[in-house]
Amino acid sequence: MARIHYGEEDPGFKLQDLTTPIRSVGHGVLAAVQSVGKGSFLAVRAVRTLKQVDIWAPRFVPLLVSIGIASIPIALFILMFTGVVLAIQASYTFTGTVPKYFVGALVGKTVILELGPVLTGLALAGRVGASIASELGSMRVTEQIDALESLAYDPVAYLVVPRVLAGMIMFPVITVFSLTIGVAAGWLTSMAMLDMSSAVFVKGLKLFFDPYDIQFALIKAWSFGLVVTGVGCFYGFNTTGGAEGVGYATTRAVVVGSMIILVLDAFWAATLL
Amino acid sequence: MSIEIKNLHKSFGSTKILNGFSLDVKEGETLSVIGHSGAGKSVTLKTIIGLMHPDEGEVWVDGKNVFQLPREELYELRRQVGYVFQFAALFDSMSIRDNVAMGLRRIKTMTEGEIQHRVSASLYLVDLVGSEDRRPSELSGGMKKRAGLARAIATQPKYLLYDEPTSGLDPVTTTTIDELIKRMSDELKVTGIVVTHDMTSAYRISDRIAMLHEGSIKFVGTPDEIRASEDPVVKGFVEGRPEIANRALA
Ligand SMILES: Nc1ncnc2c1ncn2[C@@H]1O[C@H](COP(=O)(O)OP(=O)(O)OP(=O)(O)O)[C@@H](O)[C@H]1O
Ligand SMILES: [Mg+2]
Repeated sequence: MARIHYGEEDPGFKLQDLTTPIRSVGHGVLAAVQSVGKGSFLAVRAVRTLKQVDIWAPRFVPLLVSIGIASIPIALFILMFTGVVLAIQASYTFTGTVPKYFVGALVGKTVILELGPVLTGLALAGRVGASIASELGSMRVTEQIDALESLAYDPVAYLVVPRVLAGMIMFPVITVFSLTIGVAAGWLTSMAMLDMSSAVFVKGLKLFFDPYDIQFALIKAWSFGLVVTGVGCFYGFNTTGGAEGVGYATTRAVVVGSMIILVLDAFWAATLL
Repeated sequence: MSIEIKNLHKSFGSTKILNGFSLDVKEGETLSVIGHSGAGKSVTLKTIIGLMHPDEGEVWVDGKNVFQLPREELYELRRQVGYVFQFAALFDSMSIRDNVAMGLRRIKTMTEGEIQHRVSASLYLVDLVGSEDRRPSELSGGMKKRAGLARAIATQPKYLLYDEPTSGLDPVTTTTIDELIKRMSDELKVTGIVVTHDMTSAYRISDRIAMLHEGSIKFVGTPDEIRASEDPVVKGFVEGRPEIANRALA
């Protein structure tokens, strides 16, 4: 009856509709800035607790195995197929235009400079980053991190430092395996499927090879190790709110870890090449 | 040395949990804190060892201002304080033996033999002999609780904070744990704060009982004093008769 004041009730347009997307972007930016702040805080704490060797050292060796050695199979699997595909595609692209030995050059360069470190990094962001975030996250929500504090263990020294150190050491090691298998797979494919002789492939491989490439790959792998473990620890450490929170932390760790890997990859390419 | 809690304020979002909470715990005394579920008892205990920070207020433990201490000194202080978590908070990747040994491994002067000896002694006190090599996930709720207690007492701290040490235990085990808490106080002169819902336990173990209500201490006194209290909120709570408090409010 009373609803004749048309203008007042009109739900068609509110100023809010315009500002909502802007506001949500604003919230997103704020949250990101806040994460960076908290992340730097954690990083500083981690560096400070490096000297508490007696706390982190006993945890370190088992983590070298669980973060490093146990990740080698997945890295090998991924790079093996990458090597095969690269060789076939290079041969497909080059046939009739470019000498065949360029297959070796392309496989070598791409695997060593880019795909070896990056695909390994992304795979480990899934495997290592997720497992760190979910482990620390569930420790947080079940008060095990508080329990560490109450027993006078600095949880950063006990949980974060050994994981990040293990990541920084083992990612380059895993990457060495990845590069080797990637190139080897390309080589075998050239011989078995593309009727090239071993000598032809090796000729191309050597032609553009530069030892600096390996160094470049290892620097990248080192930085990916730092990022994947650090981001995993960060999200795990700051988990709130039960099982759902652990799930969220795990997802964030993988997504953000992968994104930072790609950004870093571009950064290294721009600065070191 | 004692624990002094001065004027704590703590909010989560817009909910005020602690509102001017002050309490002195004297050296060597066992003080129980009672209060409704959700009143902020666990928050208070966590605040005492700096696991949570209040919005306002101070806590002095062993003559030290907890929130002003540099991190290393805070850890030093925490070695003097055992904490029994409400939900045990055992490290689920370790055996019970290693859980109990965790605090001991921070004491550099102890040999592995001494540590193992102390672990066995602590597990004996909470009646968990035989479960040393089990994982927390293989224990019942009450066993976890006792393992958490063993972990807290293993280092023989000067202070013990118990968050509901007997909830979920059968009456016989409850008595055993109550006696353990009394022994800690009588024989080792431990200063203790016990959060509990169990009035029988509270009367049995406490030198004094404090009631937390609406963010601050509503009442503090000896078991006899609290039993005699005519305050409707206190009386309603200790007798488990909410109608007393409700009648007073109406
Ligand atoms: N981390 C937190 N974030 C938000 N709210 C919290 C947090 N911790 C506690 N609270 C809130 O603070 C209040 C007090 O919690 P606390 O755990 O201290 O209760 P309690 O007195 O120990 O209750 P109970 O006897 O049931 O254990 C509760 O309302 C709870 O919802
Ligand atoms: Mg509680």
